[in-house]
Amino acid sequence: MERVPIVKIGQTLFVSIQIDLEDDSVVRLQEDLADELTATGARGVIIDITAVEIVDSFIGRMLTMIGSISRLFDAETVIVGMRPAVAITLTELGLSLRGVRTALNAEKGLRLLNGTA
Amino acid sequence: MDIYGGQARMAAYMREHRDKVTDRWSELVVAGVRGRISPEEVSRELEDLYSLLLRVMVEADEHATGELRAALDELSRTRARNGFTPSETAISVFALKDAVYELLADAAELVPEYLTFSRTIDDLGLRTFETYSVARERIIADQSAAMLELSTPVVRLWDGIIAVPLVGTLDSARTQLIMEKLLETLVATGAEHAVIDITGVPTVDTEVAQHLLKTVSAARLLGARCAISGIRPQVAQTIVSLGIEFGDIATKATLADALALALRESGLKVGPA
Repeated sequence: MERVPIVKIGQTLFVSIQIDLEDDSVVRLQEDLADELTATGARGVIIDITAVEIVDSFIGRMLTMIGSISRLFDAETVIVGMRPAVAITLTELGLSLRGVRTALNAEKGLRLLNGTA
Repeated sequence: MDIYGGQARMAAYMREHRDKVTDRWSELVVAGVRGRISPEEVSRELEDLYSLLLRVMVEADEHATGELRAALDELSRTRARNGFTPSETAISVFALKDAVYELLADAAELVPEYLTFSRTIDDLGLRTFETYSVARERIIADQSAAMLELSTPVVRLWDGIIAVPLVGTLDSARTQLIMEKLLETLVATGAEHAVIDITGVPTVDTEVAQHLLKTVSAARLLGARCAISGIRPQVAQTIVSLGIEFGDIATKATLADALALALRESGLKVGPA
């Protein structure tokens, strides 16, 4: 199973997903993020999914769950760089990622977090 | 029994009276297409068909039959493309029956073979019609594909604000294309605001509304804000009476209102110069 690295920059945790997402990796990422949030007290999470070409309902749900978990630690989640095809798939699956914010790219995501922080 | 072969005597007779038959045949066809093809062109087409047909009637070998069919297919495709009606196309084949029949008055012994010949022509006539409709269907498919491409422009209204003016009825295929184009433009231009203008959409039913909502939520997933503008009074009434909920999606009466909203959200202000 491949692990997704979590990078802390300032008050933000930065996660760039560069692998084909498998269920195990996403579950692991969720656990790692929760650990990291408690350890660092970060106020924001940016998940960059520019490289992700395929999502399924499980991964869509996990992304929403990551958002809800982060909120428990008073951190805001922004998903950035979603591809059009992925967005279409998620809407067709009826997943609108409630509770998670989105931005076109990492830069805009960061601005979004800083603006609200 | 093979419906093409076994007509040696008929073929010999037709070869003997070749000029008479083809002249009469061309005449009937030219009259049938109401002079939209020149007599020279018609007789050139028909001469070829005639030679092939005679070969088929004598030998009925695979090769000759194939050639005859190919020639006929070509003829009906050309007719279909040039906008001739089905009858105008089929007459190119069926007129031969009349042309031969008129001559047969002084060759009564050939009547039994004429019946077989008639079946051959019927078969070929059906074939032209089939090819004709296939060709027409292809034309229609090409046209609707072309229309689909034409009908979905994405325009840039301002730096970071794009708009999709929709014209015509929305169906699933079109909405899918619009959605893809809108999302791709959002990614390519980095725009954060999109306006879907439905001034040109004649009716909004639950299905169309569903499509619009999907497009808006997909744009939202990318991190863009989407507003819907151009809702006409009748459309507003339909939407309300159908109980369609647009939720927290911004809806505006005109494109100008939607642009003003997008400008305000981008922190821009337009005032007198």
